[in-house]
Amino acid sequence: MPHDHHDHDHPAHSPPQPDDKVHSYYQILGVALKELLIEKGIVTADEVRSAIEKRDQITPAHGAAVVARAWSDAGFRTRLLTDANAAVAELGYPMTTTRLVAVENTADVHNVVVCTLCSCYPRELLGLPPAWYKSRAYRARIVHEPRAVLAEFGTQLLEETEVRVHDSTADMRFLVVPRRPAGTESLDEAALAELVSRDSMIGVAVVRQP
Amino acid sequence: MSAQKFAPGDLVRVRDDYPPGHVRTPVYVRGKIGRVTRHFGAFGNPELLAYRLTGPAEELYEVRFLQSDLWDDYQGSERDCVDLDLYRNWLEKI
Repeated sequence: MPHDHHDHDHPAHSPPQPDDKVHSYYQILGVALKELLIEKGIVTADEVRSAIEKRDQITPAHGAAVVARAWSDAGFRTRLLTDANAAVAELGYPMTTTRLVAVENTADVHNVVVCTLCSCYPRELLGLPPAWYKSRAYRARIVHEPRAVLAEFGTQLLEETEVRVHDSTADMRFLVVPRRPAGTESLDEAALAELVSRDSMIGVAVVRQP
Repeated sequence: MSAQKFAPGDLVRVRDDYPPGHVRTPVYVRGKIGRVTRHFGAFGNPELLAYRLTGPAEELYEVRFLQSDLWDDYQGSERDCVDLDLYRNWLEKI
């Protein structure tokens, strides 16, 4: 329908307002629960706000710093692969509510992470997961046709490379340590961290040569 | 406590069972055979925790399933696999 034939009245080209949308059942449930917890004095609105603010300040840059350290320091790499919680805490990123397991990509093995049951993700290290990570399509397909899904992300693997999918079904959260690209020998840790993307730490991408 | 423990390398079959409740064993591996790759220790059992029930912690294992054992039409390397973290009460030694 041509734009000037609208039969309802609204300000022209007003930006979309998030409050206009209809809330889903679960969003309403969440709001109701929060309001009850506040009314009963179990939490304060400021504590809820502060927790969200704190969580929003966690970004994939934390994980990238961990990967860059593992690439630069063999001792740290070993500690990361054996006790990831202790290793990331060394860098000032404590993970207190879940166990972290670091899985390393090699010439022979490519790791990729999913949570088929919900949306488990190392949020304490990488922040909130991307929307696609929570989608039914990703969750259903990555455990059944991982190579096709990886190709859609632009990641083509050799036939002989073992694709190892980690389905986060329990208390473990997984961090993929991508392979360090060739030609990065002269880069320092900060420059290496710049190369490490969120998606490479989920395992749907690789780290490219700069 | 029935203390049947598994060690890395053990072949296990996932219970082919469909109980109601907060079950963290995906349907696509029920009845399937995999190999234990790691023991993570004991963790709270989500099937109880979800209902605020108390009970013994369950041993948690990482179990590796070959893709070709999960799907008839799998396309890829014969070594391609899926690792899941499964509680002892879902695993039977074979």
